[in-house]
Amino acid sequence: MKALKLHELTAHEIRDMLRKREISAIEVIEDTYCRIDSVEDSINSFITLTREKAYEDAKKVEKTIKEGQEPPDLAGIPMAVKDNICTEGIRTTCASGMLADFVPPYSAEVYERLVNDSCITIGKTNMDEFAMGDLGNPCDGSAAAVASGEVCFSLGSDMGGSIRQFAALCGVVGMKPTYGLVSRYGLITSAPSLDQIGPITRDVHDCALVMNCIAGHDSKDSASVRIQAEDYRSALISDVKGFRIGIPKEYFGEGTDNGIKKLILEQIKVLEDLGAHGEEMSLPHSEYAMQAYHIIASAEASSNLARYDGVRYGFRAGQYDNLEDLYVKTRSRGFGAGVKRSIMLGAYVLSSDRYDFYYKKALQIRTLIREDFNRAFEKYDVIITPVTPGVGLDSWKKIEDTISVYMTDVYTAPVNIAGIAAMSVPCGVKDGLPVSMQIIGRPFDEKRILQAAFACEQNSRIGGYQHEI
Amino acid sequence: MITGKDFEYIAALSRLEFPEEEKESIIEQLNIMLEHINRIGGLDTEGIKPAYHIVPAVNVMRKDMVIPSMDRDKVLANAPDIREGCFRVPKIIK
Repeated sequence: MKALKLHELTAHEIRDMLRKREISAIEVIEDTYCRIDSVEDSINSFITLTREKAYEDAKKVEKTIKEGQEPPDLAGIPMAVKDNICTEGIRTTCASGMLADFVPPYSAEVYERLVNDSCITIGKTNMDEFAMGDLGNPCDGSAAAVASGEVCFSLGSDMGGSIRQFAALCGVVGMKPTYGLVSRYGLITSAPSLDQIGPITRDVHDCALVMNCIAGHDSKDSASVRIQAEDYRSALISDVKGFRIGIPKEYFGEGTDNGIKKLILEQIKVLEDLGAHGEEMSLPHSEYAMQAYHIIASAEASSNLARYDGVRYGFRAGQYDNLEDLYVKTRSRGFGAGVKRSIMLGAYVLSSDRYDFYYKKALQIRTLIREDFNRAFEKYDVIITPVTPGVGLDSWKKIEDTISVYMTDVYTAPVNIAGIAAMSVPCGVKDGLPVSMQIIGRPFDEKRILQAAFACEQNSRIGGYQHEI
Repeated sequence: MITGKDFEYIAALSRLEFPEEEKESIIEQLNIMLEHINRIGGLDTEGIKPAYHIVPAVNVMRKDMVIPSMDRDKVLANAPDIREGCFRVPKIIK
């Protein structure tokens, strides 16, 4: 058997090897779990591993290939799924005591589509409780699993930047698709107007392959938009001639590490050398984005997490006096501190005498932020910004108070507020840690984002980030 | 500014309870967050339409078709307490 070194291969490379019969689907899975067994203790990406099922599924793929059929692009490719995406028969916890033993009776649409394409589920990845970005635990196993070579790609969810930020911190590629492009059916979310499922991959090519599988209308998600299916592979051309790039000054201010700024501006220069035109511009309402985000996210959390009542599924407290007491005790013990704080803040901003000042105003700011982007996209094809204000988790660790931690979403959350698409692409290394840039595009213009990202990847002067464990 | 009274009110709305000794620190944390979001007061949004939806779809209906619903045992499989095919809760009528 060929030494696979899976952690150095992308999905499309493995696909080609499978099709040429240079490796078998079973070898891919063996190698995957071998890698997981050797690194998982230090990475801690997974909550649940699905070893047995993975081998069974791989055998089926192997059979198809042996029968001479051309399998789909992602057939036999090992993937991880964030633990807030429902997987029928596989425990889905949201990293919450509330759902510690929850085994979904149905699967999320995105998962179903990947499984139909014979993608192999390796396990469910770690996250912070209900993906709220709680203080003290800024972890996301979905990006770590890809970066550390435990899987080829993963499905994450992005409410204020989780896909893009953790992809950036780990030096891999992450995309938050336009709101309505990818079905949210089966996504356990606390903020449905902000959240989208998207891919975390090792390169831009893989991102296009996963998008090809998961994008498209789903009648089970009422926000799903009916649009013509696209082949995102057609965006994999290293050509940005004539691309107009907006560089928003609000995103390159004092709060951003100078080293990060420098690397991103150098990467924009690379695109300019290829025929793109970069120009400084303004997204004037950016400074209110975080406030609006916190109001909307907490308001939606207080409403959406009301369903956890200890009656139909999930945790139920052991001792209670009556139904009301059952609700209170179940929720007070089942939710963690950060989730409870969000619910409380949400109830406050939605309460009748505060509603106009907080929630309604946040939605008005949402309109203004969206209009900022709309205006910008009349003139620019893409907007390029940093993803995170600093490199590595130090930007979190240094910070003690609640607010600063939440401020790490400052460059990513506006995209969720506006419901548009953005991607995080590696563009260099600082102090031994990966740096990425964010490419924001028009709604449903993922192709152009991928095209810009592909050009960056192919023409990077810095070379790829090497993942060491 | 969230007061002790506000705190009790929103806790009741949220169906949450907190140990007495933790209340003060949670109120403080909530007030730090509130201080941060209060900055929106500095922006005049008079006359701006609130974005209640971010996709232009309104009242999306699917075709009214008969399709099989989920098997009852499957639905009940995750329930903490069931009896005779129903969710079981404490008595609610006195």
